[in-house]
Amino acid sequence: MQQHQPEASAKLAGPIGMFAFAVCFALTSCGGAQSATPSAQTAHFPVTIAQPDGRTVNITKQPHRIVSLSSTATEMLFAIGAGSQVIAVDDQSNYPSNVPKTKLSGFTPNIEAIAGYAPDLVVAADDLGGLVHGMQALNVPILIEPAAKNLDDSYLQIRQLGAAAGHPSDADSLVAKMRSQVGSFVASVAKPARQLRVYHELDNTYYSATSATFIGQVYKLLGLTNIADAATSATPDYPQLSAEFIVASNPDLIVLADTKCCQQDLRTVGARPGWGVIAAVRTGQVIGVDDDIASRWGPRIIDFMQAVATHVQQVEKAA
Amino acid sequence: MTVGVKPASARRLAGGSPTLLRGLPRLPWIWAAAGCVALLLCCAIGVLAGPVHIGLGTVARALLAPLPWFGTASSIDPGQANILWSLRFPRVVLGVLVGGTLAVAGAAYQGVFRNPLADPYLLGAAAGANLGATLAIAFAPGTSVSGINIVPLAAFVGAGAAVAGAYALGRSVTGLRSATGLILAGVAIATFFNSIQSYVQQTQTSSIRMVYSWILGRLVTAGWDDVLLVLPYVALSVAVIFLHRRLLDALTLGEDEITSLGISTRRIRLIVVVAATLGTAAVVAVGGTIAFVGIIIPHTIRLLVGRSYRVVIPLSVLFGAAFLVLADTAARTIVAPAELPIGVITAFLGAPFFIVVMRSTRGAPL
Repeated sequence: MQQHQPEASAKLAGPIGMFAFAVCFALTSCGGAQSATPSAQTAHFPVTIAQPDGRTVNITKQPHRIVSLSSTATEMLFAIGAGSQVIAVDDQSNYPSNVPKTKLSGFTPNIEAIAGYAPDLVVAADDLGGLVHGMQALNVPILIEPAAKNLDDSYLQIRQLGAAAGHPSDADSLVAKMRSQVGSFVASVAKPARQLRVYHELDNTYYSATSATFIGQVYKLLGLTNIADAATSATPDYPQLSAEFIVASNPDLIVLADTKCCQQDLRTVGARPGWGVIAAVRTGQVIGVDDDIASRWGPRIIDFMQAVATHVQQVEKAA
Repeated sequence: MTVGVKPASARRLAGGSPTLLRGLPRLPWIWAAAGCVALLLCCAIGVLAGPVHIGLGTVARALLAPLPWFGTASSIDPGQANILWSLRFPRVVLGVLVGGTLAVAGAAYQGVFRNPLADPYLLGAAAGANLGATLAIAFAPGTSVSGINIVPLAAFVGAGAAVAGAYALGRSVTGLRSATGLILAGVAIATFFNSIQSYVQQTQTSSIRMVYSWILGRLVTAGWDDVLLVLPYVALSVAVIFLHRRLLDALTLGEDEITSLGISTRRIRLIVVVAATLGTAAVVAVGGTIAFVGIIIPHTIRLLVGRSYRVVIPLSVLFGAAFLVLADTAARTIVAPAELPIGVITAFLGAPFFIVVMRSTRGAPL
């Protein structure tokens, strides 16, 4: 039954996505590599982009009626300056605030409703409900950008969208900026004498994220030990942890990505039976992050990393 | 089968030793003892096994520590005592309550509907609980009523409303002349509630993970407050069903014969359905909709021990509780420190076991 969970679809999409990126590297056909002069955006098209299922997507001219059914892709498109070309986004896309929000769903896509916007490019995170098949029948190019496994996946997706939307140089500079920010956060965290333990919470039934996810990679880069990694043999990416294991692991830092879905905070975590003894609860190092920011692999992953880095510095200072 | 017993004997049927049911076996003491041993053994395994290794001696001392004449509390590591008393013990106790209630409610439903496929969710209790929980998660997240999270309350109300709706529908359409009308009403209500639940879930996609997490079982977050929340309903429900075990045997005679005894089939059905629903709604509210226990445990007992409800009802409580504690122990140890959904375990362990029982008792009436 887990396939019904959003995480599970990300789980399935992950390995396929990795394969697609490998193909991308091999063919050097994505990220605007075909274009001789990426900065000259009019000369950029046509462009060919390789897809997870082995499809290649041909975009003959710069799209001006983009429909995004992925909240992460929406954030990426706006961050690379393609926002004005986006005419409709799905019901989950809520950032930036001026997105053209509609009732379209990326989870249960309605092909006719999407076609009603007469799009010249559709972007989604998963091929659900016959989306790719339907768009191909309508001759509308469709890109699937699945949940990233790590930051390199995110960078590649930003470049793919840059190539598809005709903003390759903007995408390159966004990626360069993100890389340098990640580097500065890593440098800002001193190499601790003792590795700090972190527990990342996706909901209040203790689903977590291992280092094999883009969330876990942030902790890994900051030199933290992720307690969920003990469960990778059972569930490689998003395991549900036992309460007694979390308590016994005694994490120094608890990151709550369930502040919106489940209204969790230091007080509710401290009130859970047996959780009061955890170091993070005793020292108040239970931080709430915006559920959306911590579940999207777009440009705002930098905001998430900054919040975590700040608290890692605090924990180290207190130690 | 014609039985010429006067209506006055109905009272004796409900209480003392009925001449009518003399042929049916009583609960064999050896099986009663076996049930108690199985439950104790499974609880022992449940408190000893877990993702955090805690030795037998520590568990034993921690269990005895609250008793005033065992002053050993100081010798236990407080971290381990915290894990045992705050997390593991309440989870085992909740497993006992959930498993025992689901199994005995299933047996009761099979009795009143004289349908071997009846389970505690037959009249829509699961669909109602899921709808209630989904509505609470989607539209009132994090709300609590006098300190109690609204999700289990909404699930409890939903389960009760679904069964009440099915009962009212069944009565208005068929006048409760037969159990079939009630079952069909339950199917209709369950389907209707499921459709609303699916709709709410599709329109509130951000809450989908929470909803599935709830449906797959909530023993992961069990605490003593959950135990206290359901205990009164479970106790009342099991007690009422237990007191009606002879009348459930009488129901197996057929409606005409029962009517001639002066027993109202409708009244028994109403009381037992209300009691079973109360218990089911309470355990579903804290445990999620765990399938299979309500069917497999009573039938295993029928095959191995006997068909009389004086056998099936008490043994269902004991073996249902033991089975669920064992299944939950597997759920939290097989892939430790990760958790498996308990419904996966109950079906994965339960189905092959049931097939073995059926094959080895070929010829026994189902």
